[in-house]
Amino acid sequence: MSSPVLSAIPMAFVLAGIVLYAVLAGADFGAGFWTLLSGPGEHGEEIRETAHHSMGPVWEANHVWLIFVLTVFWTAYPAAFGSIASSLAAPLFIAGIGIVLRGAAYALRSGTTRPREDVLLDGIFALSSILVPFALGTMVGAIATGRVPVGNALGAHLRTWLGVTPAVVGVIAVATAAYLAAVYLAADCTRRGETRLADSFRARALVAGPLAGALSVAGLVAIHHSAPALYHELVAGRALPAVIVSVVAGVAAIGLVLTRRFEPARYVAALALAAVLVGWALAQWPRILPGLDVREAAAPHDVLVAVIVAVLGGGAIVFPSLAWLFRLSLRGSFDPIPETEPAPLSEPPSHAPGPPAPTGRVAIAALVVGAGLLIFSDAGALHGVGVVALFVFVVSGFLWLAPALLPD
Amino acid sequence: MSLAMVLGVLSGFADAFAPAHQQYLLEARQMQALSFAVHIPLVCFGISFPAMVLFTEVRWLRTGDPVYLELARRWSRVMIGLFGVGVITGTILSFEMGLLWPNFTGTFGGVFGLGFAIEGFSFFVEAIFIGVYVYGWNRLSPRTHLLSGIPIIITGFTGSLMVIAVNAWMQNPGGFTLSHGKVVDTNPWSALFGNPYLWHELVHMYVAGYMVTGFVLAGVYAVARLRGRWGRYERAALAIPLTIAALASIAQAPIGDWAARQVATTQPVKLAAMEGLATTTRGAPEHLLGWFENGEVRFGLRIPHMLSLLAFHSWNAEVQGLDTVPASRQPPVNVVRASFQIMVGIGTLLVLLSLFTLGVRLRLRRLPESPWFYRALVLAGPLAVVALIAGWVVTEVGRQPWVVYHVMLTEAAVTGAPGIPVGYGTLAAVYAAVAVGLGWMLWRLAKRPLELEPESR
Repeated sequence: MSSPVLSAIPMAFVLAGIVLYAVLAGADFGAGFWTLLSGPGEHGEEIRETAHHSMGPVWEANHVWLIFVLTVFWTAYPAAFGSIASSLAAPLFIAGIGIVLRGAAYALRSGTTRPREDVLLDGIFALSSILVPFALGTMVGAIATGRVPVGNALGAHLRTWLGVTPAVVGVIAVATAAYLAAVYLAADCTRRGETRLADSFRARALVAGPLAGALSVAGLVAIHHSAPALYHELVAGRALPAVIVSVVAGVAAIGLVLTRRFEPARYVAALALAAVLVGWALAQWPRILPGLDVREAAAPHDVLVAVIVAVLGGGAIVFPSLAWLFRLSLRGSFDPIPETEPAPLSEPPSHAPGPPAPTGRVAIAALVVGAGLLIFSDAGALHGVGVVALFVFVVSGFLWLAPALLPD
Repeated sequence: MSLAMVLGVLSGFADAFAPAHQQYLLEARQMQALSFAVHIPLVCFGISFPAMVLFTEVRWLRTGDPVYLELARRWSRVMIGLFGVGVITGTILSFEMGLLWPNFTGTFGGVFGLGFAIEGFSFFVEAIFIGVYVYGWNRLSPRTHLLSGIPIIITGFTGSLMVIAVNAWMQNPGGFTLSHGKVVDTNPWSALFGNPYLWHELVHMYVAGYMVTGFVLAGVYAVARLRGRWGRYERAALAIPLTIAALASIAQAPIGDWAARQVATTQPVKLAAMEGLATTTRGAPEHLLGWFENGEVRFGLRIPHMLSLLAFHSWNAEVQGLDTVPASRQPPVNVVRASFQIMVGIGTLLVLLSLFTLGVRLRLRRLPESPWFYRALVLAGPLAVVALIAGWVVTEVGRQPWVVYHVMLTEAAVTGAPGIPVGYGTLAAVYAAVAVGLGWMLWRLAKRPLELEPESR
């Protein structure tokens, strides 16, 4: 068995991934929720357009946190993943179908123009935006309350994920997503100077925020009945500091929204949600499933080291890139450009000379070498040389042939 | 295969993950196959489309010709649309690792999972830069914008490298030992990247990505030409993908030969199924077309000694037949064999079409003019997709009945959860609806006049 620290590190990555997925993609789901409650008329249309537009450049990147969580989890804790995915197959599948419908409705809406079709697609988009956080929330509730047994689909029953506590957690997830989206969208609208829209989202945040808070209290009551040990850790044990942070941040965020300071409200509201998720992890630590703690579930030592190396290396590339994307996005670089900007289509062709085309002899020689090595050699290294030669063939052949076919 | 591995197979895996009885194993496999078949053509666009878009943008920066700018911008919007669909169909695939095959992931997740974890990062970088690139037209400096496209090309490669590393591991597993049904001595790096089976699979798929994208795109503009739309825009839009698809097709022929010979040595039973070779034979013949029945190929065109010659470069080389393993360990021959013949047949036609294209280009310095050429090009796109899927059927069905070759049976990997037919039916219905919606949207976009193209929404 691996050391306690080593086996805990990937779980910290998983938790960080869940937090980031919740505060980033959660808001994308919430934006979908508000397209359902956008109200009638032109103002409603504006709200729907704003919700759609906010997702544009970032939703794919936000969604990837879910993939990150799944892959790290099944690599580092395979048996726990197999147990959860098989016993909670129903909500996982529902979430998957919801993600497909939502993504498809989003993509199709960009291609349609007729209002009647927009209504249909908005409906699918909004309903799937509710379905996904609900289904994922029930999974969190089921795992937290110890309803998932270790093994292949040994707990594949409706009550595993549709019991009172899991269902309440699912509803909390929907309300929280809606609240986050309202706060983020109010901040975006204020940045663009659209105060009337910002006020609409402010009103929505002021309903959804307290509602999410009240539901969380109801959730605590449900946990008190269904999982007393977890409840104890939350209100009096090691998760208490996180719960306090969450309550304070939640109240502060509502205060910031009330006083129209949306930009700080964005981060404080996200902190409140992050603290809840950290609290869940602390309350449950070190148990993943009944009879399976983090150390028992962890993959062998070398796998954990490999995962940690991969995540740190990947993070070194992803985080600067992500920071750039969000800086561009939050700075408003992706906001619609005023119509007055001259389109580059009007720029006159300058006909700068390109590089001299490589001769076709290189391409043909590379093809002969590559094909010969791949067909007649049995050595791995020579196959490698052959593949490189064929790559040279395609690239040099393309540079040789393509320009002459292009219109002048 | 070590003795420990054999004992592992015989004794089943760790207690909690004992094989479950699953009435609907076939439906689970079909659901997985459907999910793959929908996703894989999109992967081709992820592999090769960014390079084509960037080449077009470079042309614009070099010549200042607005046709290239318009083309690159339009293509980039198609690119992010297809990427978005790829994101969601890929998510379904990752869910199915647990939904359908919890014993596979639960037992071997530590061995192969690293590949998917790195692929996740690759995908992450791709998602970030594709958003910056597509939404960054006019908003970033031309140089920054062009540079923001380069990570998309690189991650298209690394992503396919990681996923194919996992697939190659399933075909030729290593990097671990089994002891009493538990995976021990795991070395995920050597399992994934120390596997000689990886390289031909990767190169074969990567080049296929360029063929599929190139022929599908060229086919779209061939339709435009047949309908009389043949301006500078359409000419450029056809010439770029067609040239690259033609070159890729020619390169693919020796690569395919390499791949088949790797299968011959590493997975001889799969080769026997591909060729319909019932018994181990010296100087084995090759059969074109026909049908495998009662241990022989019927109604096929027989070429004596050809299989021995192709697979082992020797007139009388011994080729292992299906009879080297019991019937219960043989893959379904006709599915594998027919798929292999379809792939090779279409590939040959595409090579001929490519040679014709390049020949006309070299002799006459222009594109072919016959409408029959453009009709063939319209067919080439869908045929390339069919060949792609047929190739994956050969790889995956030819691996059966194993999920991890000679280590874990597919029937031991499947979930014990009920409701597979419901899930399969739901997924099929949803994918069908999305396909109808997408087709209808593309049809409408195609009707939209060029100059009315609005700013991205």
